[in-house]
Amino acid sequence: MQVANKLSPFFENLNFERDDNTMVINFGPQHPSAHGQLRLVLELNGEEVVKAYPDIGYLHRGIEKMAENMTYNEFLPTTDRLDYMAATSNNYAYSLAVEKLLGIEAPRRAQVIRTILLELNRVIAHLFFVATHALDVGAMSVFLYAFREREFAMDLMEDYCGARLTHSAVRIGGVPLDLPANWLENAAAFCDKVDYEIDHTYGALLNENRIWKMRLEDVGVISAEDALSWGCTGIMLRGSGVKYDIRKEEPYELYPELDFDVPVSDRCDSYGRFRLYMEEMKQSTRIIRQLIPMYKKTEPQLMAHAPKYISAPKEEIMTQNYALMQHFVLVTQGMRPPKGEVYVPTESSKGELGFYIKSEGEPYAYRLKCRAPSFFHTGLLQELLVGTYIADVVTIIGTTNIVFGEVDR
Amino acid sequence: MRKYVPKNNVQGKAYYTDRFWVSPRVPRTEVKDAHFSNVIDALGDLAKEHYVEIGQLVVHIDAATNFEVMTILKEVCGYKQCSEQSAVDYLAKDGNFELFWQLLNYDEAKRVRVVTRLEQGMAIESIVPLFKSANFAEREMFDMFGIKVNNHPFLKRILMPDDWEGHPLLKTYPLFGDEKASWYEVDKIFGKEYRDIIGPENRDPGKVDIEDTKRFARIGYEVPFGTEYSEEEQEIEYSETALVNYNKKASKTLDERK
Repeated sequence: MQVANKLSPFFENLNFERDDNTMVINFGPQHPSAHGQLRLVLELNGEEVVKAYPDIGYLHRGIEKMAENMTYNEFLPTTDRLDYMAATSNNYAYSLAVEKLLGIEAPRRAQVIRTILLELNRVIAHLFFVATHALDVGAMSVFLYAFREREFAMDLMEDYCGARLTHSAVRIGGVPLDLPANWLENAAAFCDKVDYEIDHTYGALLNENRIWKMRLEDVGVISAEDALSWGCTGIMLRGSGVKYDIRKEEPYELYPELDFDVPVSDRCDSYGRFRLYMEEMKQSTRIIRQLIPMYKKTEPQLMAHAPKYISAPKEEIMTQNYALMQHFVLVTQGMRPPKGEVYVPTESSKGELGFYIKSEGEPYAYRLKCRAPSFFHTGLLQELLVGTYIADVVTIIGTTNIVFGEVDR
Repeated sequence: MRKYVPKNNVQGKAYYTDRFWVSPRVPRTEVKDAHFSNVIDALGDLAKEHYVEIGQLVVHIDAATNFEVMTILKEVCGYKQCSEQSAVDYLAKDGNFELFWQLLNYDEAKRVRVVTRLEQGMAIESIVPLFKSANFAEREMFDMFGIKVNNHPFLKRILMPDDWEGHPLLKTYPLFGDEKASWYEVDKIFGKEYRDIIGPENRDPGKVDIEDTKRFARIGYEVPFGTEYSEEEQEIEYSETALVNYNKKASKTLDERK
C-alpha cells in the first residue's frame, strides 16, 4: 500500500496491490485524447472497463461567480471562454437570455447576421469534431483536411469580427458590426467548398472506411431512454433516435423562416453520431445559402432601439446630447433589467446550451447558471464506459464531443 | 432613512442607484395553455403557486415534496428530461436557498421550472432515481452552495478540489477567494510551516510589487534576477550579439571607429 507523504502526495498511476484482478488506471488530465482537462479513473478487468469515474474541474474558472460580479455587457466576452470551439453560440445564447429578460428583439439585419454566424460556428465546431475524432481513432489525414476548411471558416470570422476563437460577435440587442464588403460572396464560396469536401474528402475517407466502421460501429451505444435520463441533448440525443432540435421545436431567431432538415439516427452508436455531424454541416451550409439573399432585403439597423438598456448607435452618441448621456450611464452603471428569472435554451453545436438568469433589478445578475451540454455528457461517461474495452474509451470520449471550457466553466 | 444593505453579501453592487428608482418586474401571467393547465391539475395541492413567466411554467412547491412532484411530472405529464438544476443564494435576505429544477417535455416541447425554498442547513431529496442527469447537477449544487442532498449515490465535490473549504457561489464568498483559498496551495504542497516564507497567493492580476526583483520585470527599472532593490535606475550590461549592440559603451566605440 502506498503511503501518501509530502514528497509524493498524489496517487500513482498504477495500483498493483489489489487482491482481485482489476487494475486502476488514471486517464488524463493531460492525455491528448482527453479533449482538454478530463481525468478519468478507470478500473480495468483485463482490457474491460469495470468502473469509470470522470473527474472534472481542472479548468474551473468560476464563470458563474464572475457573472455575479460583472454587469451584463461586461460578462459577454467571458462567455467566449465556455465552448471555445464555437464562441458565437455562447455569446448568442447569453445575449438571447438577456434580451428575453429585457423584452427586446434584435433588428432584422442583426438577426440575419447572427443566424449566419451561428451556423458558421456550427460548421467550425463540427469540422473540429470530425478532425479530432478521426485523429483520436487513428485517421491522421482527415485532421489535416478538416482543419484546412476550418481555417477558411475562421478567416471568415476574422473578417467579420477580428477574432478567430473568442469572437464576442453578438451583443445584447444585436450585433456590433455590419458585414464587410464581399463577405457574403466569400461565405457562399466557403459553403460550396465545405459541401464538396464533406462528400469528396471526409466522407470519401471515412464513411465506408472499413477500419473506421470497425472502430465506431456499435461503440458507445446509448438507448433513447438513457439519453433522455442523462440529460443528453443535440446530436447525442438525435443519435439515439429522438428527433428533438431546439431550432425546430422551440424556434428562435430566423429558424422558423428557414428550410432545413433535422437528421436523426436510430443506430445509437458512435458511427451514427459521426454521420449526423456530417449531415448537420450540410444543413448548416444550406441555411447560410438561404440567408444570403435575406440579408440584402434588410434595413441597415444593427442594434435594437431600447434606450433604457442599449446604447444608441455611435453616430447618435457623437451628435446628440441625450444619447451621449444615456450611453454614459449605461457604460458606467450598466443596464438594469427588470426583476425576474428566465431560462433560454438554444441549440449549440454540442447540444442544448441554456442560460438561466435571475435578475433582482440590479446591474449585476443575481444568479447566472450556464446549462452546458458537455457537462451532462461528461456525467454520462460513468455509465457509458462500463463494459467497453480500453481501446474504445478514446472513441467514446471523442463521440461525446465534450469541451472542457463548458464542462468546468 | 438609509436603505438597508445586507452586510454578508460581498458580490458586485451598483455604486449608485437613483433613490426614486423602482425596478419593474417581468410580467407573470396566469396559466392559460391547455398543457400547462393539465400539469397544474396533475400536481393538485403540491403546487403552492404557479404562473407563466417568459413562456415557461413556474411551479412553487414545498422542499419536502420535491421527489413526489418530480415523479408526477415525469410519469404523468411526460417531462422526461431534467435539463438543469441548481440553487440561488438568498441567505443574506431571508436565510433560504431557492432551488430550481428545469424540466423538459420532448413531445410537447414545453418547459417547466419547479422552484422551492430550502432553509439553510436542511437537505433536499435526490432525484437521481428519476433523472440520472441530476447526479452531476446535484453534486455541483453541493459543491457550489453546500446544500446536502439525501440519498445521492456519490455526493462529493465536483468542480473544486475535495479538500477545499467554503462554497464558492455563496454570496458571502468573495470573488477572489477567501483567506483559506489564498493559503490552499502553500498548505497543500509545502505545509503550513512554509506560510511565512512563501506568503499568501496573489490573486490580483494587476499587482506589481516594486521591491520584488525575482518575478516580473519593472518596466524601465529592470534589474538582474534577485538583486537588492534600489529606487535608482541601474545600468545593466547586456550580452553582445552578432547583430545588435545593446550596451551604450560598445556603440560609442563603434562611432569612434567610424
